[in-house]
Amino acid sequence: MATAANPTLPPKTGAQAAATIAVGLLLAVAGYAALFVAPTEATMGLIQRIFYFHVPFGWSAFVSFAISFVSSIAYLRTRAPKWDWLAVSSAEVGVPFVTVMLVTGPIWAHPVWGIWWTWDARLTSTFVLWVLYVCYLLLRTLIEEPERRAVVSAVFNIFAGFDIPLVYFSIWFFRTQHPQPVIGAGGSLDPRMLDVLLLCWGATLALLALLLRQRYRVEALRWEFERLRLESENRAAPPQTLAAVGPKGRSA
Amino acid sequence: MKNLNSLMAAYLAVWAIFFVYHFTVARRVARLQDEIARLKQLLKQ
Repeated sequence: MATAANPTLPPKTGAQAAATIAVGLLLAVAGYAALFVAPTEATMGLIQRIFYFHVPFGWSAFVSFAISFVSSIAYLRTRAPKWDWLAVSSAEVGVPFVTVMLVTGPIWAHPVWGIWWTWDARLTSTFVLWVLYVCYLLLRTLIEEPERRAVVSAVFNIFAGFDIPLVYFSIWFFRTQHPQPVIGAGGSLDPRMLDVLLLCWGATLALLALLLRQRYRVEALRWEFERLRLESENRAAPPQTLAAVGPKGRSA
Repeated sequence: MKNLNSLMAAYLAVWAIFFVYHFTVARRVARLQDEIARLKQLLKQ
């Protein structure tokens, strides 16, 4: 994950292109399985197949935000910039995953419930999760000084992270319109559906890993850019400033 | 084939969201790499 020039910069190799192609193929296979291999659900019919995108993207979003949460704690403990980079990268990557959940959910709900949206506990807490992480990303743009930005956003991120269990457990804590879990205790998912669901989750996790790596690279490049910019500014300092300091640090 | 359009809309939305996101990240990487190359050139002079 490092280069000789910059120890924090992930190397740019053909492996990156190969990984992108592999993840694309895995997503295509998962999409095919979701649309054509999984059996059609008896009561809802075709529209139930949205479940194979909606649920895995939601689970992967939780994984991404959990990484961000842990990274922010690690940053506050160590003050190592790499934890801040990982926190912002995983928070930002998690946002499109939640967006998929928020877009595909209403598309499923309209024909099944007869409404696009309802403000029940699961849907509302998921929407709040999305808003919190968008606010986290906006907050970072408002603070110039890097260390202060990292500390303030880490504290906010830890606060936002407490919504993750609230979203997950909301269907147990509150009476909601959202379907109850279909796997685990009390679940009754057909084994073929479960296989496709797990394949789709694997594909979304691979996508998450790929995007996280690319987004982390943006932060590492930004650090390299700032370092070079400072170096160039120091070199461009007025000549009298340099001449004013003698070999022993005294004024000439 | 009831609700096929809704299913296709959801499927396309997923691809569109990630295509746009991947594009924005790739553009940021390219822009930063250009800036770094420019600064390195400047420092060489």
